[in-house]
Amino acid sequence: MPSTYEPIVTNTLTTTANSVTLSSIPSTYTDLVVVVATTTGGDINFRINGDTGANYSQTVIYGYSSFGSTKSTNATYNWLNYGSNSGNLLAILQLNNYSSTTANKTSIVRDAANGATSDVMAGLWRSTAAITSLTFTPPSTFAVGSTFTIYGIKAA
Amino acid sequence: MSPILGITSSQLIGRLTSYDSIATQTVTGTGVTSVSFTSIPQTYTHLQIRASVRSNSVAAYDAFYIYNLNGAGVSSEMANHYIYGTGAAVGVNSYTAQFSSQMGFVPAANTLANNFGAGIVDILDYTNTNKNKVMRGLVGYDDNGNTSGSPFITFSSAYSVQLGTSAVTNLTFIINNSFAIGTKFALYGVK
Repeated sequence: MPSTYEPIVTNTLTTTANSVTLSSIPSTYTDLVVVVATTTGGDINFRINGDTGANYSQTVIYGYSSFGSTKSTNATYNWLNYGSNSGNLLAILQLNNYSSTTANKTSIVRDAANGATSDVMAGLWRSTAAITSLTFTPPSTFAVGSTFTIYGIKAA
Repeated sequence: MSPILGITSSQLIGRLTSYDSIATQTVTGTGVTSVSFTSIPQTYTHLQIRASVRSNSVAAYDAFYIYNLNGAGVSSEMANHYIYGTGAAVGVNSYTAQFSSQMGFVPAANTLANNFGAGIVDILDYTNTNKNKVMRGLVGYDDNGNTSGSPFITFSSAYSVQLGTSAVTNLTFIINNSFAIGTKFALYGVK
């Protein structure tokens, strides 16, 4: 019997990278959970299925020395962390119903980083296409040792 | 679990692993105002409910709630607190002596088509009869600035005085209007 919650792919960088793409995501699960751990600082964003169009938007609750809420509209990516971080970022990206071909894609991100805000974010990718790839991009390069793991969750 | 008109249900019967899908409820008809999980196995340590939710309310958004835990009957003994952000404002709300506890806000009929809110509700130590049960919710959606006063990201907690330290055997989610077709609740057990 297939496992309910299992790793689909893990990418650990052995050299620096301008971006990381996790592709060929199978459509056989119900939800995806993506865990990113990196010492790379700065704003890190993600795109879905290689879409570079203005099809993204996001609502954020952030907290650091102050707290608040902000949002983006008609953006060309979604944030994996909001507010520049000085390194040591841990982010968990939830993509419920990712393989649906009738619903737009809603994401939820929780992240925390050294010297930056802790955030909770709800994002939208205005497309009903199933998610088959994710691309993560830092302001410069991802450091060696950065890890990107996708888990698939299969509902009964 | 018995099929209910407008909902398709499925259960996984098989070996126990660390994270098991217990049952899934998908709304396939109109007029569905509640989704329930009954006879929850007591063989796990924690429960997680993962949801994709939309409301038929003629509004920009609606709220969904957890209530009537263990089918003990509706009583005004639930409490909850939540933090929310709309992109324009951040706030908190706190309620006591309610018959249900709000988990978060989801898109409704007057916002972008094909938009569903995502929700993750955790109940830790749900079988432990020495602990009060607290339900934690992370629910959110975005609508690309489509509607004033919307969207929402919400972080919530809920507690049932009536349930107290009892193990959780039943869960029901309700919404102010009715759940849109395609709404899905999946219950998982964590060992």
